[in-house]
Amino acid sequence: MAKVLEMRGITKQFPRVLANDHVYFDLEHGEIHALVGENGSGKSTLMSILYGLYQKDAGEIIVRGQHVEITEPRRAIDLRIGMVFQHFMLVEPLTVAENIVLGSEIRKGPFLDYKKMIAEVRRLSEEYGLQIDPEAKIADLSVGLQQRVEILKALYRGAEILILDEPTAVLTPQEVDDLIQVLRNLKAKGTSIVFITHKIKEVLAVSDRVSVLRRGRKIGTKLTSDTNEQELAEMMVGRVVLLQVEKGSAQPGPEVLRLEGVSVKDQFGQVKVNNVNLSVRSGEVLGIAGVEGNGQSELVEAIAGLRRVSGGKIYLSGQDITGWSPLRIRRAGFGFVPEDRHRRGLVLDYSVADNLILGIHGSKPFVTSAGLRNQGKIGEYAEELIAEYDVRPPVANQAVRNLSGGNQQKVVVAREFAQNPDLLICSQPTRGVDVGAIEFIHKQVIAQRDRGAAVLLVSAELDEVLSLSDRVAVMYNGEIVSVMPIEEATEHKLGFLMLGGRLEDYQAGEVSGSAGQS
Amino acid sequence: MGDILAMLFNTTVFAAAFRMATPLIFAALGGILSERSGVVNIALEGMMLIGSFTAMLVTYLTGMPWVGVLGAMAAGGLIGLIHAVFCVRYRANQVVTGTAINIFAGGLTVFLLRHFFQVAGTSPAVTVIPDITLPILSKIPWIDRILGRQNPLVYLALVAVAVVHVVIYRTTWGLRLRAVGEHPQAADTVGVNVFRMRYIAVVLSGALAGLGGTYLSIAHLSRFSEGMTAGRGFIALAAVIFGKWTPLGALGACLFFGYGDALQMRLQDIGIPTQFMNMLPYVLTMVALAGFIGRAVGPKAAGEPYIKG
Amino acid sequence: MRDKVKALPWQELLLPLVAVVLALLVGSVFILYVGENPLKAYGILFTESLGSMRNIATTLQRATPLMFTGLAVAFAFRAGLFNIGAEGQLYIGAFCAVWVGISFNLPRIIHLPLAIFAAMVGGALWASIAGYLKAKLGVHEVINTIMLNFIALFLTDWLVTGPFHGGSWVPETVRISSSAAFTRIYLPTRLTTAVYVAGIAAAAVYIILWKTKRGYELRAVGLNPDAAEYGGINVARNTVIAMAISGALAGLAGAEQILGLHNRFIVRFSSDLGFMGIAVALLGKNHPVGVLLAAVLFGALQAGSAAMDRSTAVPRELITIIQALIIFFVAAEFLIRRMLRLKEDA
Repeated sequence: MAKVLEMRGITKQFPRVLANDHVYFDLEHGEIHALVGENGSGKSTLMSILYGLYQKDAGEIIVRGQHVEITEPRRAIDLRIGMVFQHFMLVEPLTVAENIVLGSEIRKGPFLDYKKMIAEVRRLSEEYGLQIDPEAKIADLSVGLQQRVEILKALYRGAEILILDEPTAVLTPQEVDDLIQVLRNLKAKGTSIVFITHKIKEVLAVSDRVSVLRRGRKIGTKLTSDTNEQELAEMMVGRVVLLQVEKGSAQPGPEVLRLEGVSVKDQFGQVKVNNVNLSVRSGEVLGIAGVEGNGQSELVEAIAGLRRVSGGKIYLSGQDITGWSPLRIRRAGFGFVPEDRHRRGLVLDYSVADNLILGIHGSKPFVTSAGLRNQGKIGEYAEELIAEYDVRPPVANQAVRNLSGGNQQKVVVAREFAQNPDLLICSQPTRGVDVGAIEFIHKQVIAQRDRGAAVLLVSAELDEVLSLSDRVAVMYNGEIVSVMPIEEATEHKLGFLMLGGRLEDYQAGEVSGSAGQS
Repeated sequence: MGDILAMLFNTTVFAAAFRMATPLIFAALGGILSERSGVVNIALEGMMLIGSFTAMLVTYLTGMPWVGVLGAMAAGGLIGLIHAVFCVRYRANQVVTGTAINIFAGGLTVFLLRHFFQVAGTSPAVTVIPDITLPILSKIPWIDRILGRQNPLVYLALVAVAVVHVVIYRTTWGLRLRAVGEHPQAADTVGVNVFRMRYIAVVLSGALAGLGGTYLSIAHLSRFSEGMTAGRGFIALAAVIFGKWTPLGALGACLFFGYGDALQMRLQDIGIPTQFMNMLPYVLTMVALAGFIGRAVGPKAAGEPYIKG
Repeated sequence: MRDKVKALPWQELLLPLVAVVLALLVGSVFILYVGENPLKAYGILFTESLGSMRNIATTLQRATPLMFTGLAVAFAFRAGLFNIGAEGQLYIGAFCAVWVGISFNLPRIIHLPLAIFAAMVGGALWASIAGYLKAKLGVHEVINTIMLNFIALFLTDWLVTGPFHGGSWVPETVRISSSAAFTRIYLPTRLTTAVYVAGIAAAAVYIILWKTKRGYELRAVGLNPDAAEYGGINVARNTVIAMAISGALAGLAGAEQILGLHNRFIVRFSSDLGFMGIAVALLGKNHPVGVLLAAVLFGALQAGSAAMDRSTAVPRELITIIQALIIFFVAAEFLIRRMLRLKEDA
């Protein structure tokens, strides 16, 4: 087979990270090449360089034997490269056909030729088996159909090299199956496909070859038929992961959090959390495993009072807290490490000290009875926490914006843990955090548990769930599909459930190509 | 009762409504183009004012009002270009820049008025664009009393609505314009030059607002006077919102506001203060924004500078 | 891509200064255009605004309302709100002040504070409308405050030409009773004790924003409303409060104009004081001290403009042009940073 694409020695430096470090990548005609790696490993950066969104600092790109410089997307399009972004590049009020032709319109003089546009889109959608109504408005389409429009957009531009960036992250399992079928069709018609993902199962299901990136470097390329889940996981993570956290066995006490039939809708009225029942006891960690986007975020935000509950009841230490304000819930004994510290967890332009009192800023001793801030007490409190949680640099009045990700997260953790809440929710507590900080945060979580807190842990990292939890719940499509003690949980089993499998169908070792759990 | 109906549905009032609406229509079309491209334009007022002044000055110097019209459009376009350079290129806050333009226009027009004519307040009289009789419209009963004989700019405004409508919804450029204002990155990734689209849209916006200003100084009246736009740029902005960022919607809003304007004097006779009629466009716009008559939602990317990559 | 470097403190001062210098440079093009020497014109501006105690007093007098409107806009900015409606709040506040000023006969010690207070309440309520609509319905405050400007303008127009018309041929109210007026402190200029109120207001703004729990919440909402909500801060309530306080400050500008300068409500008396407040706030970096300094600069330009107009061929509207130019250049911080080769803040 002929190489349609070769990227040699691609290097890209961002202000804080070396996103790509002399990466080699190639693509053969008519193959599906999976590009895998953890979040932040540089997959999307590499492909954004290929599509002309970023400029490489060093390296060369060879498309169909020609050295090329891709300075902007237009150039990539001219080279018959198409990209389907994780966040769709679709204009919602416009129709399917309008979105597909945008930038390369079918025209009659200065006018759009709607008739031809619609006919062309229809022809294309039939040719590739991508059924779509050309005259539908994007805003009215499901996510799966919107992705279809994105693929058609690329095909309309004659894409022979198609890049898909985490295409399954937003899809339901049924839609994932459809997508895989579509990709096979495209391949059969000679399209060469780069498939970016961090889900190993998908790699095994669709790809011919797989390349692994880790921290900006290429670790290796394998024929999919020659590799397995275990090997890929090790390549991605770098070592056989045994995130061992030293902990004694849990001493569960009374129930602290109780969810009874909780449902949550998003702003568009879509049900995101469906009739969830759950109970977390004092002195235990309940981990929620699940592919991101299955309702975990909405569920914890509902418990925190940041989202309206559309049905059901939430009890905290026996009190019905449904519909309470976030402040009232906090004061009832609640701590929360949110999944996105930049969006929710921190006021980046506030000092470390001011961030450390967010949520308790209105309580004594931080304000006087006259409503004035007590700077002295705030400073003292900050110094204490900075020392206890090892925030570096240990400067209370410096803006949090200037801290590293790990230290920013320590600020959030310090603030939430220091209040010794009865219920502690940790959502993706170690995302984008260096290894040292991960260990530190994990220890603190266990310490909270041993103090008697009920801990609800939500994490996309299965390792983290497995190493910290005493019980594991699996969330899929807005529902808790299973809850089991940690002894019964294996990576394999959880993976099966997370992807929509049913417990009664589960048999150890059933998933093909799997070498079992680590 | 009959008297009131006669007053409300009166061809003279309708004819006046079209005249009152004309400067608003031009400016509102300009506002639509700019906002559709993603650039908030609260500077319509200033652009109109510069247009009014330039139309007067050029007509005064050349004696040819149509040259004045071109001059006004050029001047408005130039102000639009300044707005675009600051907002698109230098990522300045669009509302702040708009405010600066409005203040700048107020200062500059009087500065130049005093420099050229050594007067503050009002310019000397200049030639105006005379009214014309349209051959076909003037043959239709009832209609002829409203639109049979009007200023050419009144007809031009109506034509402009149709043109802008077709441009936005039927042309390649219009499709790109709508995309750029909603999701500039999506447009960028398919090779549409977001910056160029915005530059063109905002310059056109200024030219149209300038054209709106023209009507005030060399058609409706025959001179420029200090601050003569008197908030019409903001009424046009209100019409953009009230008309939900569509040319036809804005036309309806402008005609409605113009109608209210035309009724003012008559309503005052039956005890309704003119100020209440003056407030009407603004109150209605707030009501529209609050969602009481179908939520008015603008282009999603309006107000945000686009930063590549 | 260049490394991000923390902005040095002196840059905070440097950027506004560069903006002013650029505005004066571009302004000199206009002076040259009318055939005058920019140095001469600016020289007159300078001496006539700051060259003597009397001129300084006039400068302060012109600066006083701008201090209030500048503080109003700056306060809202700190809470993440763009109050472009100071003009309307000023009119409503002014009307409330004039109403108290002409309707009651009270000892000065009660009457003046009461009139001031009424102006604050009027401005606060007027601004709260936009705050409420933003908090409850998510309507952007910019458009609503613009609309409220005009509604306030026509409302006071009607009140002053109708129910409260003073009876003369001029569209104005009768004079307020002298017990409600600010005292002049540097005769023959019209500088009054209102300038002290401006100083107090600036101090109050500083204390509220940086020394109170309320200020902590307001600024958090301004910087990151999602994090504020997460931290138990009621975003909606703080939005309304921020607009109300901002409106109260704008109302004070109305009080100063009525109780200090005009002593009656003349229809459309404000010469864009509310809009100039935006310029003052931006130039002052939304900090109370900066606002006071920026207001004095604008006051000086205005105070010197009449003399420049008299003794040169430069129309006094040059000052308006320069003020607008200052806004342009302050707004285009990106441009200035690039010119000075300063590193960008992300």
